[in-house]
Amino acid sequence: MGEIFAIIFGAIFINNFVLSRFLGICPFMGVSKKVETSLGMGMAVIFVMGMASFVTWLLEYYVLVPNQLEYLRTIVFILVIASLVQFVEIVIRKASPTLYQSLGIFLPLITTNCAVLGMAILNIQLGYNLFEAVVFGVAAAVGFTLALVIMAGIRERLEFVFVPKHFQGVSIAMIIAGILSLAFGGFKGMM
Amino acid sequence: MSVMSEFSKGIIKENAVFRLMLGLCPILAVTTMAEFGLGMGIATTAVLICSNLVISLMRRIIPTKVRIPSFIIIIATFVTMVDMLLNAYLPALHAQLGIFVPLIVVNCIILGRAEAFASKAPVSHSLADGLGIGLGFTLSLTLLASVRELLAAGSIFKINLLGAAYEPFMVFGSPPGAFLALGLLMALVNMLSKKYKLE
Repeated sequence: MGEIFAIIFGAIFINNFVLSRFLGICPFMGVSKKVETSLGMGMAVIFVMGMASFVTWLLEYYVLVPNQLEYLRTIVFILVIASLVQFVEIVIRKASPTLYQSLGIFLPLITTNCAVLGMAILNIQLGYNLFEAVVFGVAAAVGFTLALVIMAGIRERLEFVFVPKHFQGVSIAMIIAGILSLAFGGFKGMM
Repeated sequence: MSVMSEFSKGIIKENAVFRLMLGLCPILAVTTMAEFGLGMGIATTAVLICSNLVISLMRRIIPTKVRIPSFIIIIATFVTMVDMLLNAYLPALHAQLGIFVPLIVVNCIILGRAEAFASKAPVSHSLADGLGIGLGFTLSLTLLASVRELLAAGSIFKINLLGAAYEPFMVFGSPPGAFLALGLLMALVNMLSKKYKLE
């Protein structure tokens, strides 16, 4: 139980995917202008990363390793993630149009979200078992969502303050992310 | 546009990092030392040139509906090759870049150039475009990595520049420093490009 807790806490706070591992920076900068949209994006990422961690782990240990095809990992994983995203999109559109309205537009963006592929590869490199891999996938996505929502909250307020001309846009967002990352660095002492 | 201008636009005017804000994950992650930044830049450029070439050659064969998966397979093939070559010939660099070598697949610059340029342009233009954008990306990575290495260790490419008395600015070697350094560099680039009217 302690190990599972360590994985969850580590993935959300200590090695936060965005602020410490630098995965998923593009959506972090792109979809963090409003809290509402960032929450939608976060939910979609949690959903896809939970499923992707499960599927890629099974593929690695039941298809790639027995056939000594580990060198195809990158190609296989990215294809699986891309088709999984398509599949999830189709299912959600049929099953729940309301959910599709809130998550739908974010789903195609997730294919090129490096957090998903990065998580799948990290799961293999860290040698997790299936349960740990899924826990790590979901926890990493929760960490991503947390960072995204905090960032969106700050950027919403940023609209009302004076920002020097040359710092406007991504530049000031990067500096805010730096300060956030410093704050998250404080969690390092807890483990 | 001529081949030459396709090449030169990628270096400053359409610089992937500072102008188009693409490829931000690797630029933050691997720029702790100048040599890692340069290595990552060259690896990405190699993939970009090869994928631009192949996609441009096959642009009439690939059906429009399945073009994105086709591009991803082509890109992933070259990434796997670069990954194995780095592992064989430069194992130390490969270990330092870690998962960011396979993650070149999802670097939005490469898929972006495939979709926006190579799938519509002739081979010579696509090659020039890949080379230019790749060079611009490599220069940005090396620039940021040099600034961070200089502040965090007082050296660039492991050549000590600031002498033994320099007190290292440790934060620039750690994740927060990556964000801060890139944010400040972006502001500087904005200022310079306004001043010299590059818009």
